[in-house]
Amino acid sequence: MRDGRALRTVVAVALMGGVVLPILAGFAQTTRAAFGILPAIGAQDWSLVPWHQLLALPGFSTSLRLTLVTGLGSTLLALVLAVGFCALAHGRMSHAAMGRMLMPFLAAPHAALAIGLAFLLAPSGWIARLLSPGLTGWTRPPDLATVNDGWGVALIIGLLIKEVPFLLLVIGAALGQLPVRAHLNAGRALGYGRGVLWIKVIMPQVYPLIRLPIFIVLAFALSVVDMAIILGPSNPPTLAVAIVRWFSSPDTALILPASAAALLQAGIVAGAIGAWIGAEAVAKRLGRWWLRRGGRGHRAEPGLWAASAVVMALLMLGALALVGLVVWSFAWRWSFPQALPQSWSLKGWMTPGNGWGRALEATVIIGISATLASLALAIAWLEGEDRARRGRAAWAQALIYLPLLVPQIGFLYGLNVLFLKLGVSGGMLAVIWAQMLFVFPYVMIALSDPWRALDRQHLRAAAALGAGPWRRLWVVKLPMLVRPLMVAAAIGFAVSVAQYLPTLFMGAGRVATLTTEAVTLASGSDRRVVGVYAVLQAGLPFLAYGAALLVPAVVYRNRRGLLGGAA
Amino acid sequence: MRSLMIAALGLGLATPALATPTQVDWQQTLDAARGQTVYWNAWGGDARTNAFIAWVGAQTEAKYGVKVEQVKLSDTATAVTQVISEKAAGKDAGGSVDMIWINGPNFLSMKSQGLLHGPFAADLPNAKYLDLSPSSAASVDFTVPVEGYESAWRLARFVFTYDSAVVTDPPRDMAGFLDYAQAHPGRVTHPDVSNFMGATFLKQALIEFAPDPAALQLPVTDAAFEAAVAPLWDWYDAMRPFMWREGKTFPENQSVQQQLLNDGEVDFGVSFDPASAAGAIAEGLLPDTARVFVPRGGSIGNISFVAIPYNAAHAAGAEVVANFLLDPATQAHQQNIEVLGSFSVLDPAKLSADEAAVFAALPSSPALPNLQDLGPTLLEPHASWMTRLVAAWGERYTK
Repeated sequence: MRDGRALRTVVAVALMGGVVLPILAGFAQTTRAAFGILPAIGAQDWSLVPWHQLLALPGFSTSLRLTLVTGLGSTLLALVLAVGFCALAHGRMSHAAMGRMLMPFLAAPHAALAIGLAFLLAPSGWIARLLSPGLTGWTRPPDLATVNDGWGVALIIGLLIKEVPFLLLVIGAALGQLPVRAHLNAGRALGYGRGVLWIKVIMPQVYPLIRLPIFIVLAFALSVVDMAIILGPSNPPTLAVAIVRWFSSPDTALILPASAAALLQAGIVAGAIGAWIGAEAVAKRLGRWWLRRGGRGHRAEPGLWAASAVVMALLMLGALALVGLVVWSFAWRWSFPQALPQSWSLKGWMTPGNGWGRALEATVIIGISATLASLALAIAWLEGEDRARRGRAAWAQALIYLPLLVPQIGFLYGLNVLFLKLGVSGGMLAVIWAQMLFVFPYVMIALSDPWRALDRQHLRAAAALGAGPWRRLWVVKLPMLVRPLMVAAAIGFAVSVAQYLPTLFMGAGRVATLTTEAVTLASGSDRRVVGVYAVLQAGLPFLAYGAALLVPAVVYRNRRGLLGGAA
Repeated sequence: MRSLMIAALGLGLATPALATPTQVDWQQTLDAARGQTVYWNAWGGDARTNAFIAWVGAQTEAKYGVKVEQVKLSDTATAVTQVISEKAAGKDAGGSVDMIWINGPNFLSMKSQGLLHGPFAADLPNAKYLDLSPSSAASVDFTVPVEGYESAWRLARFVFTYDSAVVTDPPRDMAGFLDYAQAHPGRVTHPDVSNFMGATFLKQALIEFAPDPAALQLPVTDAAFEAAVAPLWDWYDAMRPFMWREGKTFPENQSVQQQLLNDGEVDFGVSFDPASAAGAIAEGLLPDTARVFVPRGGSIGNISFVAIPYNAAHAAGAEVVANFLLDPATQAHQQNIEVLGSFSVLDPAKLSADEAAVFAALPSSPALPNLQDLGPTLLEPHASWMTRLVAAWGERYTK
């Protein structure tokens, strides 16, 4: 028991010092600047001037509206689509098949997907090239705003391609914990249609289980930067992009209103989550009334088909976007309206001079370090819970998810100043630490349920044979958990590969990873090189997931019982 | 090439009879620089420039034991922000930025806040090849006196790129872009004005339309600004509805616009490099028929500089690299169309016959204009005009 307490103390200190304090300190720095204190540029006095400046910045209100529309809109749409698709696919498609289908979309980093999608959708993009000039009559691309459109539609599509698969995955996991078939059979017997049953009976049980992931999606969609730069409108952009621009403006006085905007961004996320919770309460009341009315609702079926069709279309777009990147990486000249490149070249892949070799190396080193450290911390946390024989307190849960719910831009600038003071900025260690803030929560999410689902009889048997807690951990628990551990590691690695802002700010621009290079190059003129980076960037997580499937298969090659249920 | 470099080096060492304090200092700088790695913060959107910087690093490492690491920026201001962050954190030495490819407002901003190391530029041995008279292009940056706080490395001229197979009669001046846009709706655009090149597009028009161009050389005042920009906005308002995406969105920078040109979405690209079309053709990034043109009254030209932050960890190494950039052999390599194709910043009158011959023997390309094609060089307005112009454009068109 004392041993358990020591372990939990270590974990708590590590988390407080490594996660909570940096975020708070970062916010403190941002807040000081937002209220006029930044001695480096001669700002010494507390004031509200930065806020007035912010309100007066051109396009501020449009940026704000864009952020709300794309963030809330994409989250709501993603939820509706995911629920509709699950309603139709459940029972028709195995969980494993669904996982395989979704894997590429979960693994592909946002930036890579966005770059591919931008090429796919543009008026001179792949879709237009496939249809031109035969079907469209276009010999030159039309002047249509199909990407970077003023409404943010392209950005919403991009977000949906990432968010719908994520929600499908968490809904699928939640459904596994419910007696869905029994409920459906009972409902059918009472004469309810499939769609209405799904909405009236299944969803109310699923929803509490996927609420947190929805908040994460919402917070992410409201503050995404890399995808919004590539797919979103530019004049003005969404608030998060505008903030990054202001922070890096030649006019250094803009750092003050940028800090105010960064605080506002945090407020928007908090407000949106609050509004969502309010809407839940309203939906609950309306839902009760609707349930009691008892409509059997056979008309909902077409809606489900429509939602599923949209989901399939989104996945098709996402897949084409990734294939387009691969094609570009092998192209030399590929002009409109050719469906495929006129000439091919391996030059993009053959010239490490453009730096992908080193970016790859840095990405792998950072990814593996951040993942291993997060995994160790997660195991320590879960083991601590086991030894204390108690579940997770709400505050602890909140602590884990804090970095995912707080917008990165809100504290990263301040955190950078803090890291500089400590003399640790600009190095790999700073980047690894900053990335861990976001890798650790996902590792915890992936590992918590399988850890709790572990069959305790084996542990009791081991204890009865005289194995102490450490031996039980090393010899029984961890080997039995190899599969979920590998999956958690793969997810953590994929999260690390995709990190943009933490790498940019904490690396002081010196630590170039595939993601930072891909986003920089996306604002260059050479799609072929971007293709190489994006393919590598999307390929690394694939490899990680592949390893996550392969390693347990090898380790358990003569333990078939462990291959099935553990995950 | 090698023998020329040795000759160039020899020139510096051939007159040791009078060991001036500068030369002694320079030997100290070379000694201090050996073994250093210079983090050169430079815009990374151009593969040829990146390759040139890598070449520079290989050369300086072999010659002086100074490595160069390019920190590829998507926007130069990022490096400025980094230095400010470091100052905020009290990190007044051992900073992470050793050298910045800089000019214009970023230079003004850093210089006026005391964020730069120097003056050092005039003391570089190869500075003798530059025309450093007070009003020369290498002595003023957007009319702001350089005063030795940055050192020249490449010449920039504002040019338009186009596909001669598509556009047979390019606009003769900025006013001509309005006619072109009206005749070909959706084919004219410029980079976002928050970007340096987008602002340059506006400045080019500002110089052409301003009733009193001389006023642009002085710091901006309210009255001068209103008078100068009125015809500019008239022209812009008339053109905007006929621009790409109705002038509601803009390519992020010139590289993205070049990609749009390559995709055939727009008819013109912009560049600060007269060799950009020739270079892009060689890279397969523009069709073989791509060419450049400048408005007939000439175009804005300036010099790109390198500056060293006040807290740079490797200032000595950065000075060695800045000096290497001014070596005639380096400048000739840089002007080679197969390498970078950007014109030399050196004063031809100060080159020896051998050095000048190397420049004369450089290869040519049909897409590469000669100096006559480029017409006169227009001076950059005072940096305060650009800041003001960008802000005013934002207020008018960012809704």
